[in-house]
Amino acid sequence: MPRPPSSSPPAEKVLAWVYLLPSLAVFALFLGYPLYRTFYLSAHGNDLFGAPTRFVGLDHYTALFGSAEFYRTLLTTALFVLLTVVPGVLGALVLVLLLEGRLRGVRVLRSAFALPFAFSVASAAVVFGVFYNPATGVLNGLLSHLRLGPAAWLTDPHHALVSVALATVWLNLGYNVLVLSAGVGSIGSEITEAARLDGAGGWRLARSITVPLLGPHLFFLVVVSTINALQSFGQINILTRGGPDHATSTLVYDVYDKAFANGSSDFGAASARAVVLLVVVLACTAVQFGVLERKVHYA
Amino acid sequence: MNRVLGGLAAYLLLGVAALTVLLPVYYVLVGAFMGPGDLAVYPPAVVPHHLTTGNFAAAARAVPLARQYLNSVLVAGVITAAQLLTSVLAAYALVFLPLRGRGAVFGVFLATLMVPWEAVIIPNYLTVSDWGLANSYFGLVLPFLASGFGTFMLRQSFRQFPAELRDAARIDGAGHWRFLWRILVPLNKPSLAAIAIYVFLSAWNQYFWPLIITRTPQMQTVQIGLTSLSYADAADPGLILAGVLLSLLPTLALVVLGQRFIVRGLTAGAVR
Repeated sequence: MPRPPSSSPPAEKVLAWVYLLPSLAVFALFLGYPLYRTFYLSAHGNDLFGAPTRFVGLDHYTALFGSAEFYRTLLTTALFVLLTVVPGVLGALVLVLLLEGRLRGVRVLRSAFALPFAFSVASAAVVFGVFYNPATGVLNGLLSHLRLGPAAWLTDPHHALVSVALATVWLNLGYNVLVLSAGVGSIGSEITEAARLDGAGGWRLARSITVPLLGPHLFFLVVVSTINALQSFGQINILTRGGPDHATSTLVYDVYDKAFANGSSDFGAASARAVVLLVVVLACTAVQFGVLERKVHYA
Repeated sequence: MNRVLGGLAAYLLLGVAALTVLLPVYYVLVGAFMGPGDLAVYPPAVVPHHLTTGNFAAAARAVPLARQYLNSVLVAGVITAAQLLTSVLAAYALVFLPLRGRGAVFGVFLATLMVPWEAVIIPNYLTVSDWGLANSYFGLVLPFLASGFGTFMLRQSFRQFPAELRDAARIDGAGHWRFLWRILVPLNKPSLAAIAIYVFLSAWNQYFWPLIITRTPQMQTVQIGLTSLSYADAADPGLILAGVLLSLLPTLALVVLGQRFIVRGLTAGAVR
């Protein structure tokens, strides 16, 4: 790494801060200050227009943890994480193992599987909205060809969360496939060639060599997917608006619901939920750094 | 024999997976050109009976799609340019300039990657509204003019810059500004391209912030316009799919043409 000379002119020291200033100013205004402000709002009551009124201490939090509805929200959030992360990572793993095997002519499919990466959460949700439409939906149409269905994808409280999760799994698949493909690419071909010479077939190769060596990539993907799932908002707002009967109301959706939905401006109660979200996401990040610190050497 | 069967099973599995994953893509590409006679019936057609371009004009009548498209181009373009600029400057200071507390400053940039944006969205909404910038271009871009992710990635590239080249530039009389823009930036084009693609994708695809900070259809981005299409005209999927196809054109182009750049930045941080 190039080092600056040990006795730097004062002008250079000033220049460093000049170069850092634009970034630091944006971070201070739109991350640092709002972090403080979220805690502040969560400890204050507010009027109908959201303006903070008096200090209420932990009242919002005690109300939160005293309500059965909030525990249901936490449970829904945990379920949503489970329903998106497990199929998303396992599905991508199976696809990548098949793609990176020695089959002829499947390489082009890798680019095809990466296509969902181009979709925004809004475009994916809107397309799945078309698919799930009870009257003219593509999925029920396909089911009818198989003499099945029709299913109430979004209107049945027992199915809605699964349907939203399915759209999310599809949306994330492109990214997951790209990450794991890069991981397989980083495994030296000497290792796999040696195993092949020793007579390892596709399945054996995957089980004993590829998957264990993909460990760090899989772990990274699980953490990133978990954090993404915890922050998912667009697909829920577009497909179900937290319903039916709160069946898809996750922590982030609850923040939006209290703060912005239907003209609501209950910023105090919403901020208390935002703090809970912050703590959960930071805990996941801490796990990631704790484990990666031991496994990956940063230069 | 076992191997042949295994190969067949693998092909079959891949085929089914490909059909499933590509079904939404297929319906966007083809459905955008399908009339209500094909789509708004039960069961909807898989192969269109006839193709039409009427959906695009109809979608543009339902929401101000051209204006919203322009908004998205403007917002994503400004955010991308600004993040490249602020990240280049910050990374340069972190690597090439004397800085007391370098570790702590870098720590601040790393910390910004960990804060979930949704946890600070209420105060940001209040700040931007207090400044009178709600429902404006400034309000749409202001919180996103700097990037811990971009700075982090550029710092990695800059650190690998050969010391001899830098010394040679200095002996030739190049000051910091000249060295940065004439030598360092041109030689780091692949990293800059990777960052630009990521930033543009995530800015173009934003949903939560534009949803709450805009009020009129004229100021909304194309992502918000899409959802209005799906609420306004639930009976005609062709309109929705036409809007989706238009909104996908820049991002599809980036993902297909820029895949080798995308892979560079994959594990550097989660940006969605």
